[in-house]
Amino acid sequence: MVTIAEPIAKPASRFRYFLDRREVLGAIFVAPAILYVLLLVGVPFLLAVYYSVSAYTIYDPSWRFVGLANFRQIVSDPVFQETLGNTFVFTFGSQLLGLILGKFGAFLLLRPFPGHKIVRAVIILPWAVPIALATVAWEWMFDSLYSVINWTMITLGIITRSEAPNWLGNPHLAMLCVIVVNAWRFFPFAIVIFLAGITSVSQDIIDAATVDGAGFWRRNYQIILPIILPIVAVGLIFGIVFTFTDLSVVYLLTNGGPVNATSVLGFEGFQVGIVSGDVSHGAAISLFMLPVLLLVVVGMLRYIRRREIV
Amino acid sequence: MRRTIARIGKDVAFYMAVAFFVVLAAFPFYWMLITSLKSNPDLYNVTNIPFWFNEAPTLEHFRYLFEQTLFTRWLSNSLTIGVCVVVITLLAALPAGYSLARMTGRSGEALGIGIFLTYLVPPTLLFLPLSRIIADLGLQNSMWSLVLVYPTFTIPFCTWLLMGFFKAMPVEIEEAAIVDGCSLFGAFIRMVIPLSLPAILTAVIFTFTLTLQEFIYALTFISASDQKPITLGVATDLVRGDIFFWGEIMAGALIASIPVAIAYNLFLDRFISGITGGAVK
Repeated sequence: MVTIAEPIAKPASRFRYFLDRREVLGAIFVAPAILYVLLLVGVPFLLAVYYSVSAYTIYDPSWRFVGLANFRQIVSDPVFQETLGNTFVFTFGSQLLGLILGKFGAFLLLRPFPGHKIVRAVIILPWAVPIALATVAWEWMFDSLYSVINWTMITLGIITRSEAPNWLGNPHLAMLCVIVVNAWRFFPFAIVIFLAGITSVSQDIIDAATVDGAGFWRRNYQIILPIILPIVAVGLIFGIVFTFTDLSVVYLLTNGGPVNATSVLGFEGFQVGIVSGDVSHGAAISLFMLPVLLLVVVGMLRYIRRREIV
Repeated sequence: MRRTIARIGKDVAFYMAVAFFVVLAAFPFYWMLITSLKSNPDLYNVTNIPFWFNEAPTLEHFRYLFEQTLFTRWLSNSLTIGVCVVVITLLAALPAGYSLARMTGRSGEALGIGIFLTYLVPPTLLFLPLSRIIADLGLQNSMWSLVLVYPTFTIPFCTWLLMGFFKAMPVEIEEAAIVDGCSLFGAFIRMVIPLSLPAILTAVIFTFTLTLQEFIYALTFISASDQKPITLGVATDLVRGDIFFWGEIMAGALIASIPVAIAYNLFLDRFISGITGGAVK
């Protein structure tokens, strides 16, 4: 009984009463997270925007405003034009390949078979393991002299040693390599997303469709796919955003080469802004990612919203 | 008879397709393993069969990695970074996720989506200004810069993950605690947190693996060898000039990969329901 009366006598009671109001405590609870994100994502983002319209370099930290001059210079630079094109090829190539592998893999894993769990665990590996480390393993597999891929092809008699391709030394092959490695990294994620979607579709719907005479393709593409599309859309946001802005695969596998053939926006921003210290141009290059990111995110969010209402 | 043959044919095709996926996913890791255990003369002989040992396997690469390189230092750096980031992340994301889950109306939802979207702001957009901020704080070339920066993506990620979990938790539990004399804050500490330990564990595991997987910020902020986390160290520091220490690189990559691979497999289902939670409801 005493304990009930006690809090009122404490000097902290007013404060405690204050804390017991849901909206006050709620605000205090979100504040640290929001502050952290505002200070270390929001502020840097605004800084990046300002860098891109200034003449700031690590040698001349003057913050002089130069308007859109940086962007004008970048756009007329042939290296940048190539980089921009590469980024799109890299992103859509690897997402398409990853999605195809993912859809196909999910289709396989839907069917129960002995060892199902182990197979799933193994297939998850490329996505789970740090991409930088897996990329180094691929680099070793693409080695100009000791490539296991070339060895296999030579031994099978497909090519001779003199014809053995230099995977990372040929501009087209190098682009193919970074796309394959990135698709390899993402296909398990696509499988998992497809699986999560398909298993969430109730069996009743599929049964009803079957009874109504829907065949395999019709069930897949006109019943299941539309239902799981919101989940697939979320997966695609992740895939596109992380691929479009990535630099680790390119940095480790080809270092943008040969002769900028695999240079992508993130990588070029790093080269110009960090390695060469030309911060303003680097920031301008990085900012070219923004319109695409915004488009993808806004488009997908609107799409998801609309589906929820239906 | 014909039907049996057709069925067997279908099964064979099915298992071949499964085998294709397994080989595709696992071969690079098999390649790490076999490379890390081969002696150098075996490794650098183009006439040798690369898939198996032509000479006796050796632990020489592992010994060199642990004794002659900074590998153990990178391991402990990654551990320190991971633990610090987990603590910071939980302190911020746990109350935030709870608060956003209990916030009613449009503003709570919008705030939640807003926090989640910051997870999608890429490092390659922020690394230039962040490296300036880190230099101003005197943290350049120090692993503490990563402790400061990594929560920028782990907090949004975990807030989202925990928010989904708290939403599924009935409000009645806290209300009962409040009726029993708990303050709102007390109900959170004494009822909500103990009941959400599985979700917290998931958040801890994924925060830790996210810090291990990160490469871009580490590459940007740290060039001193002894400050590197394990992923950066193995990928960039085991090269002398043009010479790659392939055996050591693969050994290091393998050691760093194993814990992440296990963690992902154990917590995969929760991860998926976490990130797709907003879309399926």
